[in-house]
Amino acid sequence: MMGFTAPTLDYALLAPILVVLAGALIGVLIEAFAPRASRASSQLFITLASLVTALAFIVRNHSKYSTTAAMGSVSIDGAGVLLQGSVLIIAIISVFLLADQENFTALAAALPGSDEERVSLAQDLKVTEVYPLTLFAVAGMLLFPVSTDLITLFVALEMLSLPLYLLAGLSRRRRLASQESALKYFLLGAFSSAFFLFGVAYLYGYSSSVTFIGLHEAVVGGSGNDIFLLLGIAFLSVGLLFKVGAVPFHAWSPDVYQGAPTAVTAFMAAATKVAAFGAMLRIFYVSFAEDFLQWRPALTVIALITMVFGSLVAIAQRDVKRMLAYSSIAHAGFLLSGVIALSKSGLDASIFYLFAYGVATVGAFAVVTLVRDSSGEVTDLNRWSGLGKRSPLVATAFAGFLLAFAGIPLTSGFIGKFSIFSAAYESGSTTLLIAGVLSSAIAAFFYIRVIVLMFFKDSVDDGTSVVIPSIYTQITIVTSFVVTFALGVYPTPLINFIANTATFLR
Amino acid sequence: MTTLTILGLLPLLGALAIAIAPKSNELLTKQIALATTLIVAIAGILTTVQFDFADTSLQFVESHDWIPAFGIKYALGVDGIALVLILLSVLLAPIVVLAGWNESEGGRWGAKTFYILLLTLETMMIGVFASTDVFLFYVFFEAMLIPVYFLIGGYGTGERAAAAVKFLLYSLFGGLLMLASIIGLYVISGKNGSHTFDINELSKLSQVMSPTTQNLLFLGFFIAFAIKAPVWPLHTWLPDAAQSATPGTSVLLLGVLDKVGTFGMIRYCLTLFPDASKTFTPVIIVFAVISILYGAFLAIGARDIKRLIAYTSISHFGFITMGIFAMTSQAQSGATLYMFNHGFSTAALFLVAGWMISRRKSSTIADFGGLQRVTPVMAWSFFIAGMSSLALPGLSSFVSEFLVLVGTFTRYPVAAVVATFGIVLAALYILIPVQRALHGPTTPGNENLSDLNLREKIAIAPVIAVIVVLGFYPSPLLKIINPSAAYVVSQQGFSDPAPTMNEDK
Repeated sequence: MMGFTAPTLDYALLAPILVVLAGALIGVLIEAFAPRASRASSQLFITLASLVTALAFIVRNHSKYSTTAAMGSVSIDGAGVLLQGSVLIIAIISVFLLADQENFTALAAALPGSDEERVSLAQDLKVTEVYPLTLFAVAGMLLFPVSTDLITLFVALEMLSLPLYLLAGLSRRRRLASQESALKYFLLGAFSSAFFLFGVAYLYGYSSSVTFIGLHEAVVGGSGNDIFLLLGIAFLSVGLLFKVGAVPFHAWSPDVYQGAPTAVTAFMAAATKVAAFGAMLRIFYVSFAEDFLQWRPALTVIALITMVFGSLVAIAQRDVKRMLAYSSIAHAGFLLSGVIALSKSGLDASIFYLFAYGVATVGAFAVVTLVRDSSGEVTDLNRWSGLGKRSPLVATAFAGFLLAFAGIPLTSGFIGKFSIFSAAYESGSTTLLIAGVLSSAIAAFFYIRVIVLMFFKDSVDDGTSVVIPSIYTQITIVTSFVVTFALGVYPTPLINFIANTATFLR
Repeated sequence: MTTLTILGLLPLLGALAIAIAPKSNELLTKQIALATTLIVAIAGILTTVQFDFADTSLQFVESHDWIPAFGIKYALGVDGIALVLILLSVLLAPIVVLAGWNESEGGRWGAKTFYILLLTLETMMIGVFASTDVFLFYVFFEAMLIPVYFLIGGYGTGERAAAAVKFLLYSLFGGLLMLASIIGLYVISGKNGSHTFDINELSKLSQVMSPTTQNLLFLGFFIAFAIKAPVWPLHTWLPDAAQSATPGTSVLLLGVLDKVGTFGMIRYCLTLFPDASKTFTPVIIVFAVISILYGAFLAIGARDIKRLIAYTSISHFGFITMGIFAMTSQAQSGATLYMFNHGFSTAALFLVAGWMISRRKSSTIADFGGLQRVTPVMAWSFFIAGMSSLALPGLSSFVSEFLVLVGTFTRYPVAAVVATFGIVLAALYILIPVQRALHGPTTPGNENLSDLNLREKIAIAPVIAVIVVLGFYPSPLLKIINPSAAYVVSQQGFSDPAPTMNEDK
């Protein structure tokens, strides 16, 4: 009879993930047992407390690296810690947006347009379950970039995705569109997960191992069947590219960005990118690096198409959330050059870019939540005209984020672009550099168009107004703005920190 | 902190003071702006006095780490060419403030924003000429677009938003091409030692780069500068921007900002890519000559007075570009002197034109007539500015145009001869509007125009003084420029062609 040995876990190193999960479970208990009136405030407190505690654990553990924290399934290393830290910081800033319950439906289970919905609205119910759902997603995102075996990676992928599917459907206004986007996200997500698993199966067939190290050894050993390896990488990449929103696996993102409650979009757009690119960087750098001749051309083509397509299609958008969605597709293309670079500078640049982009994205969506009329958020860009006249501060903040996306100097976006393109060129990819620069030029066009609209066009008098931001939203916008410009003017501390810390342990 | 940093920070401090000052007190805002620009101008003159004219190396050098991980430094320093351009910027700024005292009135936002943008722009203008770190230069180069964009789009006239966007997109496109080249240089420097953006270190790389790489990187820089300068066929943004911007903004745009393009050609194209510069010189000379003639023809056909000035500038930038790439020390000195002189003659033209337009409420040349009788001081000012623009001997532009043509002739005689037609055309495009607007009988609508007031006279006097004085006595400036210009040419491995003489006769 086989003996069962209990797994040895290094709880201290896993603490950030565990704390967030514990917070999520407490949240579920609060939903079940606490009186309705006290839920919102206690949920916010628990959520923030667990995120901050998790961040504190990360800071405490920052130089204790180990590949055996969870029996070789999780590897806590420099890059992993940085990515986890980025996810947590982004989550902390965006949680403040969730606190603004105006965005969410009163009762998720009520059918749109039904009596039940009307009653729930009249009773002023609140869907406080967004907090535990968010925490579950964060826990998945914390696990995703540090997973070092394919099964754990898959579990993390599902853990971060499932809550997001739900969250996407919780919008208070245009509920049908919101639910449609959630369904679309779920179906396509499930589809891509299937591809992912298919890839895992091939890779297991190739290397008879599910760990990254096993894969790496098989790739270096070169004794396996290369067809299986390629199929495995291809299918696995489909799953990952879906999550980052790369063309041609991007179809979900404009609809979901638009349909989901803006607070959720902010969190999802920023944090999912960090987690998914983190995982992608890890598996390509750790396992498939030696096989780069085979996958690099394909990934380069995808990166090129993604950046050019995202920038071009964004021009045609008349909705601010869809425009930001296509812009995030273009950014996914830029970020892919970091994966393709396959070098230390590529890794550093990617992590910096992810953090800078994530923070600016949260800020930009936070501004979107403020522009409203009597029936909710106004995302039609035409109705944003003259915003600079009515609320100069909010318009200036949004312009600042757009300039960061466009990569204008003295914003974090410029440093990110510079470092990631130079890493790509350093690794020999001139095409990526040129395509990146050209699509940045295209992208500048639609970012600037929004600035023109806000500052140089007269306002239309149709009831669109900027609400006075709640203290929570103010915190989000101000923090993101300060970080975005501080990283543009003096990024040295962060760059040095990343350069000294970011490594993948094998 | 040393001289250049202090010089660059002063306008920013002024901007800060304006930001703090109460919004209701517009006069105070303007006074702070004027005081700041005057102080900066004086500081700029003091800096020039301290400059060692004979020394061709960079002076007032300072260097601090900025982003050491990428080898990026906050490094400043000036040679004669850069110093002259900084001097131009700081001298024009107070004139612009004084001349356009009420310029902010038609804007979307108040005077406060206008002057904050203007002073921020001045800081960036000083920074862009003073940086000796390519990355820092790029940061200033791109960041200065933003204040100009808001100055045109927020305070201009007519299709101002469209013009502002056109300006910004053109410039950003060029800037991004330059970014690609800068990344190229950065990576190559990393492969040959350590990552750096130091202009002196990077200039050594030209020996290790393959000709193809050098040509491509050169093009990235050159296209960005050619858009900025602007050189035909990348000039189409300029007339729109100049037409829509306020006169003051136009002065800074054409007088200083566009000089960043020609300055960049000298400082970056020639220094970093000497071989590629030689390869492309014939093509660039052709483009420059086309600019000279094309700009002049467009100017002859212009109906709008601001567009006219923009077209004349395209012609003048053709001369400057030709002088830069002629690779003789005379042409090089001439080009730099031309940059300075063009700054002042364009300033005079735009400022007087601005006053004419605001009085007549029209910018169409045909609406003016017989101003000489009604407003003699304004008419004379415009006349002198126009004469300076067509390079009348005795006015400053003549010296520089002559130097450029002579310097070019010794190496590219055909180009110089063809370019000379530009002077003939200049007579047409200046004299025709001068005749129509200033001379002859006073046409209806012009009878009651008021002449320049005291403020306007004070603003235009120094500009005209500079134009006249430098026309007769350009040597103070040439003393600063000549050593640096000769040094740039000799760095390219060129020596001035020796004059040939027929001794038999």
